[in-house]
Formats: sequence, C-alpha cells, structure tokens
Amino acid sequence: MTPENLKYSQEHEWVRMESDGVAVVGITEFAAESLGDVVFVELPAVGDALEQFEKMGEIESVKAVSDLYSPVSGTVSRRNDELLDAPELVNDSPYDSGWMLHVELSGDGELDKLMSHTEYQAMIEAQN
Amino acid sequence: MTTLLERLSQDRRQLLMDRSVSGRVGATLPESDVPHQPLPEEGLLRDTLDFPEVSENELVRYLSQLSQLNFSIDHNFYPLGSCTMKYNPKVDDEIASMPGFAEIHPLQPDATVQGALRLMWELQQRLIEITGMQGCSLAPMAGADGEFAGILMARAYHQDRGNTQRNKVLIPDSAHGTNPATANMCGFEVVTLPSDANGNTDLEALRFSVGDDLAGLMITLPSTLGLFDSNILEVVRVVRDAGGIVYGDGANLNALLGRVKLGDLGFDVMHSNLHKTFTQPHGGGGPGAGPVIVGERLLPYMPTPVVNRSADNDGNLIYTLKAPPQTVGRMGAFHGNFGALVRAYAYICTLGDQGIANISHDAVINANYILSRLKGYYDLPYDRSCMHEVVFSARNLKREHGISALDVAKRLIDYGIHPPTMYFPLIVEEALMVEPTETESKETLDGFIEVMRAIAQEAQDAPDLLHNAPHDTPNTRLDEARAARRPYLRWQPED
Amino acid sequence: MLDTIGVDSVDELFADKQQQHRNPTLDLPPPMSECDLKRYFGELATMNKTPGEYACFLGAGSYRHHIPAIVRQLTSRSEFMTAYTPYQPEISQGTLQTEFEFQTLCAQLTGMDVANAGMYDGSTSLAEAVLMASRVTRRTRVAVLDSVSPAYISVLRTYAEPPGITVDVVSADNPELNEDTACLVAQQPNFLGYIQDMQAIADRAHDAGALFVVYADALSMAMFTPPGDCGADIVASEGQALGVPPTFGGPYVGIFACKQSYIRQMPGRIVGRTVDSQGRTAYVLTLQTREQHIRRERATSNICTSVALIALMSTVYMAANGRHGMRRAAELTYQKAHYLASLIGGIPGYSVVDGGVFFQEFAVQCPMPPSTLNERLLEYKIIGGLDISEQLQNGMLICATEVNTREEIDAFAAALAEIGTTV
Repeated sequence: MTPENLKYSQEHEWVRMESDGVAVVGITEFAAESLGDVVFVELPAVGDALEQFEKMGEIESVKAVSDLYSPVSGTVSRRNDELLDAPELVNDSPYDSGWMLHVELSGDGELDKLMSHTEYQAMIEAQN
Repeated sequence: MTTLLERLSQDRRQLLMDRSVSGRVGATLPESDVPHQPLPEEGLLRDTLDFPEVSENELVRYLSQLSQLNFSIDHNFYPLGSCTMKYNPKVDDEIASMPGFAEIHPLQPDATVQGALRLMWELQQRLIEITGMQGCSLAPMAGADGEFAGILMARAYHQDRGNTQRNKVLIPDSAHGTNPATANMCGFEVVTLPSDANGNTDLEALRFSVGDDLAGLMITLPSTLGLFDSNILEVVRVVRDAGGIVYGDGANLNALLGRVKLGDLGFDVMHSNLHKTFTQPHGGGGPGAGPVIVGERLLPYMPTPVVNRSADNDGNLIYTLKAPPQTVGRMGAFHGNFGALVRAYAYICTLGDQGIANISHDAVINANYILSRLKGYYDLPYDRSCMHEVVFSARNLKREHGISALDVAKRLIDYGIHPPTMYFPLIVEEALMVEPTETESKETLDGFIEVMRAIAQEAQDAPDLLHNAPHDTPNTRLDEARAARRPYLRWQPED
Repeated sequence: MLDTIGVDSVDELFADKQQQHRNPTLDLPPPMSECDLKRYFGELATMNKTPGEYACFLGAGSYRHHIPAIVRQLTSRSEFMTAYTPYQPEISQGTLQTEFEFQTLCAQLTGMDVANAGMYDGSTSLAEAVLMASRVTRRTRVAVLDSVSPAYISVLRTYAEPPGITVDVVSADNPELNEDTACLVAQQPNFLGYIQDMQAIADRAHDAGALFVVYADALSMAMFTPPGDCGADIVASEGQALGVPPTFGGPYVGIFACKQSYIRQMPGRIVGRTVDSQGRTAYVLTLQTREQHIRRERATSNICTSVALIALMSTVYMAANGRHGMRRAAELTYQKAHYLASLIGGIPGYSVVDGGVFFQEFAVQCPMPPSTLNERLLEYKIIGGLDISEQLQNGMLICATEVNTREEIDAFAAALAEIGTTV
C-alpha cells in the first residue's frame, strides 16, 4: 500500500520527484489512518521558504491536532487549496488528490536523508 | 418516503427562524407613559432585525420539548469524572433568586449593599478556613479564570522581585488542558512533568527541571488520576526551595474537604471550582465561579475586588470592596459571579463543620466501592486505592473484542446513565474516569456496577450492540468530522 | 461498603496523606436547617437596598429591563439547569440546539457572520476579541479609544498584557495607529452613552491594516445600525441586558461574534450542525481542536465554559421579544432616557453633556459631588447614577430604561432639583 517510487520521512511525510525537478509533498496513508478523519489542514503559502524537518503546517482531526514537518527544503510553488474545502482527500487519496505542496528544492542531497519505501515500511511495522 | 411519524419528529427540531410567522410575538411590553421623544435620524437606525416571530405558547412548547432531549443530574446518574456532578439542593436556587440578591446593581454604593458584601466576606472567610490559606478573592468567574488569576499573581510576585527570568511553569502530564493554556496566556513557557509508575509526580524529573528560570508549578491534588500524590510534601519543598510558586488546581477539592488543607502543605495559591465542590446547577456548561485563595506571599497581588470588613466609630461592622495594594487587576467588569457565590455559600452553611468533612468521607468511599467491584472487569492502570474518582481503562476490551472506551460510554446511555469522562487523563489509554460524588446512594452505585459488568459481558457476546450504541436516543452517533470540515454555525435562510 | 473495599475505616484510604497534616480542625459554624438558611439569607438580602423597591438609575454595563416570566420558567427546567457541558451529543441535543439558536440570534443581532456559544461576560469577551485580533494579524499592540469604559480597559489590560500585548489608550477624536496595531477598539454607545460614527473609526483601523473590534451594547443593536454593518471584524457585547437580572454583577454572558474567516481563531465553545448515523439533523460541539483540552498550551483560550444557562436566558428573551419586541424594548428605553434627560436639562445647576445622539444613558454635570448627591437621593428611595467625577467634574452617568416609570422619573428629577437648591 505504500508506493515504491516515493521517499519518506520519520514524520510520515512523502516526497515524489517530478520530471521538472519539483518535489510533491504529502502525508502517508499510515499517518492519515492514525489521525482518523482529517477535518482541517493548514499549509504554508505559495512563496514561503521551507526548511527540511522543520514545522510547515498543522493537520487536524476531530479531536487531535498534529504538526506537519517539511521533508525537504525549498520554496512552495503550489499549494493544494482543494484541501481547504475537502480535507477528507487526505484520507481518501493520500498519495494522489490528497497531495499538499509543490516545492522547488533548494538543498542538496536532502533526498538521501529520507527513507526508501522498504525502510519506511519496516519503520511503521515496528511501530505497529 | 418519510412517514408522518418521522416528519413530526423532525418538525419538533425545527429552528426558531423556520417557525417564524409574521406578526407573532412571545412577550408583551407596556405603552410608553412619557411624552413622545423624537427619534434620531434614520441613517443611524437599523433597517431590519432578522429575528424570529413566535408566540409564547409555541416558544414554551419548543424549548420544553428540546429540554427533554437532555440527560441531567435531576434525571440521571452522572458520574462524569473530574466534573463533580453532585446533587444540587433546590433551596439554594430559591435563595439565589431572592430579589435582594438578584435585583441589586453591581455599581450601587457599598453602603446600600451591606448584605451582599457581608455574604461575600463570610464566604471568603469560609474558603480561607477550609483551605488553610490567608486571603481570598471571589472575582474569577470560572475555574480556568481562577487559574489565570493565580498564575498572574505568581508572575506579579516574581516581577516585583526583579526575577523576570523566571519564565517556566511546570505542569504534570496528567493535568487538565486549562493548566498549560493558562500558563501560556500569562506569557510563561510550559514544561511538562512526567508521572511515575504509581501515578505520582516523578521526583527525579522535577529536581532536574527546577532552576533559576522556574516561575512555579501547577498541580492538581488529588491528581486527575484520582490519586493523592504521596510525594506532595517533597514536591512542594523542591519547588519552593528553587524560588517557585506552588499553584494548586482545586478541581478535585471534594476529596480533601476536612481531610487536608493545601495551605498546611505549603501551597501558595489555589482556585476552587465552586460549581463543582460547593454546588451549582451547571446549566449545560456554566455559569461557575473560581475564587482564588492565597497564602501570605501572594496576598498583595489578589485580583480586585476583595471584600474588607472594618468597624466604624460606633463599632458597627462595615463591609467594603477594596483593591489589594498590588493587585493583578480586574477579572471582569464587576465583582465576580455573585449569583454563583450565593448558592455556594448557602451550601456551605447547610453543611456546616461536620457536613463539610463528610463530603470527602462519602465521596472517597463511593469511588473506592466502584473501584473494588469493577476491578477485574475493566483494567485499572494504577492498582491502588483511589480518592474521589477512579480511572479505569478499556484497553483490555479494545485488545480482546475491539471495544473502545467510546463504545462503553455510548452503551451506558442505553441504560440511562450518563457516561464517565472519556480519554482523559491523556496518559491513560482508553480512559474511563468515574466520579460518583458523595450524593449518590449505595443502591445507585450497585445499579451502575451491574450495568458496567453487563456491558463488559456484552463486549464479548454482542460487540455490535456497543459499536452501534446508543440506540434509543433522539439522535444516534453524530458525524463530527462533517461538522468540523464544513462548519455550519448558525441558521441560514436557504435552509 | 468498607468490607467490599477491604479496609476497616475510611482513614486507611486517606493514609497516603502526610500524617502531620491529616484531619485538621475546621473552624466553621454548625449546619443550618433549610428553615434557618432561608431566614438567614433572607436577612442578608433585606440588608440591601434593592432596585424595584428603590427607583434605580444606574447602568454603565448592567441594565435593568423587564424579563418575561417564561425566561425564568424555561431556564429553571432541571433538564437544562442540571445538565453539564454537552460532551455527549446524543443526550445533549436540548442544550446543543438552544446554543445553536443563541449563536444564530447573536450573529443576527450584531450583524456578523458567526457567534460562539458565550463567554464569561462582555468585558472578557472584549479582552478575548483583542487576543484574537493579535493572533489573526500577528501584531502586538492594541489601540483603545479613550471613550471606552475605564472598567473594560482595565479588564483588557489584565488579559492582554501578560502575553505581551501593549495596550495604547488613544484619542477618540484622532486615534493614532501604527504598523504594530493589531486592532482598534471602540465602544458603541461609548462609556458616556453617546452614539459614534462607527464607519469612520472602522476606516481608520482598516487603513492601518488593523482589525476593528467593537464592544456594543446589546439592546441598542436592536435599534441602531449594528457594528456588522459598519465594518466591524469582531464584536463583543454583554448579554445581561437581554433577560438576565443584574445580580450584583454576575453571572452574565459575553457575546462574541466575528467574520466567518476567523472561526478557527475564535475562543470558546462553538456548536455546529451535522447529521447522525441515520442522516438526521443534529448539533454538536465543533472546531474543538482550538480548545484547551486538545491544543493545551497552544489553545486559543483557556476558557471551558459558555455560561450556557445565562446564554439560554438571553436566547429565550430574544426569541420571546422577537423581531418587533426587541425594537420596541429598545425604543421604549430610548423614550424613557430622553424624557429623563429633558427634565434634568431644565433643572438649574444641572447640565446634560451634549455628546450627540444617545440611547439609554447620558452624562450630567451636577452642582455638587455625585457621591454626596447619591447619599441624599437615598432618602427619596432613589439610587442615583454612577459617579464619574474622575472623567468629568461632578459628573454622573445616568441611565433610564423601560422599567423606570414616569412617576419614578418625575420623582428623580424633582429630587435632583430639591437637593440642588441646597448647594
């Protein structure tokens, strides 16, 4: 269930590199399921600068709120504003229409600090 | 197709604006008896006020029917942990509505409200005696407001001594959310203290956390786990030695009445949730009152006003509203929730010396009786005797049958019992926090115990009965995610 | 029960408590029977000089109005009165639906998009409005017009200064704002009772990139243009005037209303509409992640009450009076206050401050210190206005509402005249 072509962070964010060098960022299905019904997502604005592993926003379920951490450094070039009206997309389609940001990367070698699909899978199994 | 019956039951839930019929009114007003005064120019006036138009009869029937959709103390056993839902004597409502209390204006000169001020002064004295403190301000309007006043006093105390570097407040991980929220509102940084394996404050962690930057500690006694912290004297000593203020959250004062005084233990300040310990009808969530009671170090900083008593030249006792010399200020526009103070003081007078001590006696026995008889059916995260409330965990049911604390709570509703507090304290998985209070009889407790045991059995035999509970309520489980995703917070015309 | 628990006495359950502090003496009077209790409290109550028995002309944040009998009748129903916060929505629809009605009525009265379920009182509602404006704008100063009630400014300082907000009291004639100003705060009518041009003040706030926060008198909004139509971003009000007895200052209920876009920054309880598992309409506490029990030190406020019972009183009052009754109550109040002002204006030695249009109260300069005057008025069984000599020399803030009869008003004017001649 965890796509093989993505990179993953300890904080359950995923990164997908597009052909034009832009990174697409979202949270994993495991994270979405543990949160329960997502009711609100607060994301940085287009143009905001992000630091790898620093707080970039918040995600809320009915009775919990968690911080979102950026898996990469860079500048936000697009934001999925559909999540404002339909936060349930994060639950329904975490790797596709539930994406959160497009980021133009600024750091070098940061992707190497992220986990592969197998490593991430092993981590969540250990957590379970 | 909705049946007639279904439609009628929906109609009963229609909102006021949907019931509105032009020309109806539910109240009468007199004709003006003074010569007509010209109105101001149109431009300053409101065009329309989009309010409902309903008759008195219709309004009474609508709200009476709505009221019947509630559980309440007068109708149901209500063992909602941490909320001390005891029975409220009816005479206190009658007293609070006496015109001499209900009709007096807050800005009348002191000389015209001597009865009200004397009542407040006497209540201050009783609270000081019960808690072993030295001063009291009745100004805070709720428990959280009392917390805010208390931490403001700690802040003022340190500022007065030039200790502005004292910016940290320690708060145990079992605390109510109001504690960290309050500390933050006062501009302090919150440091969370872990509890040890017995549910006491972790002394190692405490000693490690105190230093020159310590402003104080906020601690609930007994803790929200329903346990008396057996390290408490050491906790107080460590904090005071480090120059910190010890704040007592009085949410659980019911367990201590007549047994121990926080002032004797070295606490600097506490608030009392009068609406819990000293009764208030709760009203669907307020009003309450949260007086602060303080020891010597914080006396000058109490919120204003405080009622002072003195004698005039003829020896008559005079009561006046006074601002403490270095007060942290006003909590609200006037002098606190006087109506709530009247009820609480009437309750204290009814009980008197012996009655007050009996509260903790009966409350603690009731909680331990439930603990003893439900142990084995529900997990007990801390296997020791409790104080006025007991925290169980449904984690065994969750593991074995997929039944959560929420399912147990909702199933209790089918048996006519208000659920306990769920999922709090946060450090207990699948927590169910039961506070029976002292006003419940053994028969009521036995009934509750029987139901809780039956539910544990149902969890094995018929789990769906629990998953789908409650069954016979006006509404089944609600889609809370929808409410939060698309907030719909008022009536709107397109309805 | 002790056998079941497995102890010989309750003292064993308290054994944890440090020995030396256990079972302290409790120096309290003996218990009172219900009969004694009513007698004692009855005595305390009669020691007060009570409006109704005395004609009363005090306002300044607490107002006497006629309260229809159904307000007390309905709010005394024990299903409402002895329930707690509606944490379990399936068995709290009565409380939740009436709170939703309260939110609707408050939003319509203020002319705003949304309102919450209630705050402690009007003054703390205003303080919370300022804290919210600071969160929304991420600015740390607040400009308060000097025409706002000194008591409210003082409450504002209590709540705003500790988290690092600077309170600047600015001239109502020419408010100075800067790029750090989170909001401009005005009171309508102002402390002395006069109606101000809200739109002009709103423009000053918005030009500086600040929010416009209005503290508005509740009943006046039924008659005068509401703040929502004059550019307000957040409105605070005191619900007491709408069906709640003065009760020596509390419990009251604060009204808190704002624009839709700020709902996730609001303090307090909020009820929302949703459906149950069978698709039926139902109400529930919502947006709870803002609150202290979830967000803890990052909550929008530490408040956990909505003063639901008092909010219910106001709900019944507003619903019973409805569209036309509210306006009539306001206009009657206006008539009485203006009649009183016209009488006082004709008494030698007294002058009514000309501050423009007023609603229910106005300032008067008296020929002697108001404290002396008020003492003398008691002999006439009259409780006079508020002594505001700190703001205005020999100033008195006088209020009349629809409960003041013409007889009372005439007697008040006659007494002022009589006492005035003794200067």
